[in-house]
Amino acid sequence: MILGFPLLSVAIWLPILFGVLVLATGNDRNAPMARYIALLGALLGFLVTIPLYTGFDKMTSAMQFVEMKNWIPRFNIHYHLGVDGISVLFILLNSFFTPLVVLAGWQVIEKRVAQYMAAFLIMSGIINGVFASLDAMLFYVFWEAMLIPMFIIIGVWGGPNRVYAAVKFFLYTLLGSLLMLVALLYLYLHSGGSFEILDYHQMSIPMTAQILVFIAFFMAFSVKVPMFPVHTWLPDAHVEAPTGGSVILAAIMLKVGAYGFIRFSMPIAPDASHSLAGVMITLSLIAVVYIGLVALTQSDMKKLVAYSSISHMGFVTLGFFIFNAYGMEGALLQMISHGFVAGALFLCIGVLYDRVHSRQIVDYGGVANKMPVFAAFFMLFAMANSGLPGTSGFVGEFIVIMGAVKANFWYAFMAASTLIFGAAYTLWMYKRVIFGAVANDHVAHLKDIGTREKIVFIVLAITVMGVGLYPLPFSEILHTSVNDLLVHLARSKL
Amino acid sequence: MSFLSTLYSAYAEIFLLVMVSVILIADLFTSGRTKTVTYLLVQLTLLGCSLITVATHENSVAHLFNNMFVDDLMSDVLKLLSYLAVSMMLVYSRSYLLTRGLFSGEFLALTLFSLLGMMVMISASNFISLYLGLELLSLSLYAMVALQRDSATATEAAMKYFILGALASGLLLYGMSMLYGATGTLNVNGISAAIHHGVPNKALLVFGLVFIVAGLAFKMGAVPFHMWVPDVYQGAPTAMTMLIGTAPKLAVFAFVMRILVEGLQPLMIDWSGMLAILAVLSMAVGNISAIAQTNLKRMFAYSTIAHMGFLLIGILSGTIEGYGSAMFYAVIYVLMSLGGFGMIMLLSREGFEADNLTDFKGLNQRNPWLAFMMLLLMFSMAGVPPTVGFYAKFSVLNAAVQTGHIPLVIIAVLFSLIGAYYYLRIVKLMYFDAPESHERIYMQPDSSLLISINGLAVLGLGILPSTLMSVCAVSVQQSLLLH
Repeated sequence: MILGFPLLSVAIWLPILFGVLVLATGNDRNAPMARYIALLGALLGFLVTIPLYTGFDKMTSAMQFVEMKNWIPRFNIHYHLGVDGISVLFILLNSFFTPLVVLAGWQVIEKRVAQYMAAFLIMSGIINGVFASLDAMLFYVFWEAMLIPMFIIIGVWGGPNRVYAAVKFFLYTLLGSLLMLVALLYLYLHSGGSFEILDYHQMSIPMTAQILVFIAFFMAFSVKVPMFPVHTWLPDAHVEAPTGGSVILAAIMLKVGAYGFIRFSMPIAPDASHSLAGVMITLSLIAVVYIGLVALTQSDMKKLVAYSSISHMGFVTLGFFIFNAYGMEGALLQMISHGFVAGALFLCIGVLYDRVHSRQIVDYGGVANKMPVFAAFFMLFAMANSGLPGTSGFVGEFIVIMGAVKANFWYAFMAASTLIFGAAYTLWMYKRVIFGAVANDHVAHLKDIGTREKIVFIVLAITVMGVGLYPLPFSEILHTSVNDLLVHLARSKL
Repeated sequence: MSFLSTLYSAYAEIFLLVMVSVILIADLFTSGRTKTVTYLLVQLTLLGCSLITVATHENSVAHLFNNMFVDDLMSDVLKLLSYLAVSMMLVYSRSYLLTRGLFSGEFLALTLFSLLGMMVMISASNFISLYLGLELLSLSLYAMVALQRDSATATEAAMKYFILGALASGLLLYGMSMLYGATGTLNVNGISAAIHHGVPNKALLVFGLVFIVAGLAFKMGAVPFHMWVPDVYQGAPTAMTMLIGTAPKLAVFAFVMRILVEGLQPLMIDWSGMLAILAVLSMAVGNISAIAQTNLKRMFAYSTIAHMGFLLIGILSGTIEGYGSAMFYAVIYVLMSLGGFGMIMLLSREGFEADNLTDFKGLNQRNPWLAFMMLLLMFSMAGVPPTVGFYAKFSVLNAAVQTGHIPLVIIAVLFSLIGAYYYLRIVKLMYFDAPESHERIYMQPDSSLLISINGLAVLGLGILPSTLMSVCAVSVQQSLLLH
């Protein structure tokens, strides 16, 4: 690693800078230029994050690539960045997806291209900021700022009911965030004037306060994950968002919520986490089982994958709150895998939608006859979504189930039901859409995917298979951080 | 010379008064409908005032005119910001008023008189001078609202404003007379000292306080004394609305600081309870009513009411940090309102007011840059980072948490969620909807440059809020500690 080079700052500000550049290209006459600048920015954004992986020291759970500057001295707020084994992977995941969504929107988006591309680039930078922040206020600023581009993306380029979905998305998440702000203000007061997340980890807090803080954080993060009772914004947002928006939502934004649990809720309020673990596990299992069943009944492909995301994220929160190494590590692998798989599935649906302009399963049938290459890729991602061994979907779920067995057999039993439901809803959808006789004229006129789409799918297929067959490059980065987190969680902070 | 040098700290006020007289006369001798000479003179006057205020600044607190007038860091900062706000308001409203035939010498003179009133209020340390400043400000504003004689709504607004304003002034005077009866002095510091030494009739004191708080609430537009705000905001020509809704809020902040904090600090327990009720009601009524509005000016009126509620939270925290945050909030509020009203005037044309929500439909397709500026202003008003509105809310909430007002903070947070809805609706109209008309937007270069600066300032101050925050905090701190 090049010493002293502010890699994390570059990872945050480079995409934002390119976003502004893209905006500067102005109206749709310059659309091709906007697309190429956006692609260049996204690729550079990904390239600058690679040294974060190669230069990462796997032996320590301490923060690396740290940058620290005074930002608002009056409130002791710093521009403090750094990553550990957990957050670094999400920065990579996010930067990895940005070029893919730029490519996915290459031709489909015809109106206000510059604004579309810029929104994604700016959001990519902001999300990197969320994962890299070590100062709670800096985190909060990035966390909220993330809403603005997403709100615009859903509302401007979304489907027919986009306004409702965009406003619902924004207000739902804002409610949670504002309560988190109150919790942060309390922690600031309690810590004697510090906004450092790592200080909060070490600070002892009485039980009642811990529970209140936990609940406030829960409001913020559970909405984002989303967990069972507050998940209703997600299907709406997914259905209405343009393909790129759905991909980022599923692949990255949901992870931000889960990341919040392991960066804030659990280490800051470990005793409350232990005492409320029962509730959290119950909600997670409801998500896995009930939402899995809900997914089964969907007639809209995007909605189906949206519900499947909620169900899969249930695995993640389950893994966190059983407090063992298998659960935690499995959950994190599941997050990464779900990012790839759900992102890929939304891209697949996007491919179909671009051609037929329908997301209803009944409007399809026999697509394999016309789009064999596409059908093969779709098959791989559908299998990964149902947790087939050899794909990334299997690794995370399997390890979480192993962890759950150690905690309580019935947890594992309930969780494992997803292997059946997941396979059922995904493969049934796949069968109805892809196999059979050609259903109608629209399908009869389908053209198979072109080079640009192929590149996107090949990249994703390699990662999905790669993580499935050889997850070590990911898990070894996680390992030390996860172990130290578990040690930390085992200590009472009362 | 020695007499003149005793007036050192009031040079800015004196200069302004002289210049208003000069401008009134000069206006008679300059022809032309566009009033360019007068306009430039006014802007130069404002520049001159800023230079004088900076030049006469001293690091101590100076008292003048038998303790009627005080000059400290807070007053200097607030005055400078008022000059800036008035100057911006003039730039924004020049072409708007020109097309409506309202850009007259009287308008400019009244604007400067109202500014003089604000300056007196900001620097007053005696109930008499406070009241004089307030009346000078209010009378100028009444007249300005009524300037559009042939408009029924403007006349109605002026009438309402005048009657309710007079009532509020009456309440204020009544409260002041009670305090005078209880303490035997009209001087702000004298009152504070008298209460410290013990006042025989505490009931009279608290009674007076109630009237003063009610009068202040009237002037701020806090619920339940807010009735005039929506009507006046909507009825007045937008330029006048902008003047009413911006710089005077800084003066009112100073007013609250002088009376409640410097004068009646010993009664803090009493007034902070009253302010808490006003704050909660203002946030509730302001935010909820704003949702139902279809007229943007009226919506801004309700949003102002809600913002005043937020500002009151900073004051009722009762700490220097709280006052500093309230001042920061007031400054940011003024900056955002200038942009908001400026946008309405930019989009208006001859014979057309862009003050309906639907006029903003599809603005992104008509002019993406303006839409983006409005987006920044709206997110800032909603308090979403990285815009500066967030830090205003943040510092106020932080001050309230520090003093243990957690339930109040949670209420404030929930109402600002409701508030976010109607600001989002503007963004929705601009970005998600198709435009109703494709008519070109004609903009004067000066006002379009200003709106860009204004919008980018909201973002820039959001990324680097530290300096302005410190300026507000330090000036409040200095003026309170040095007294």
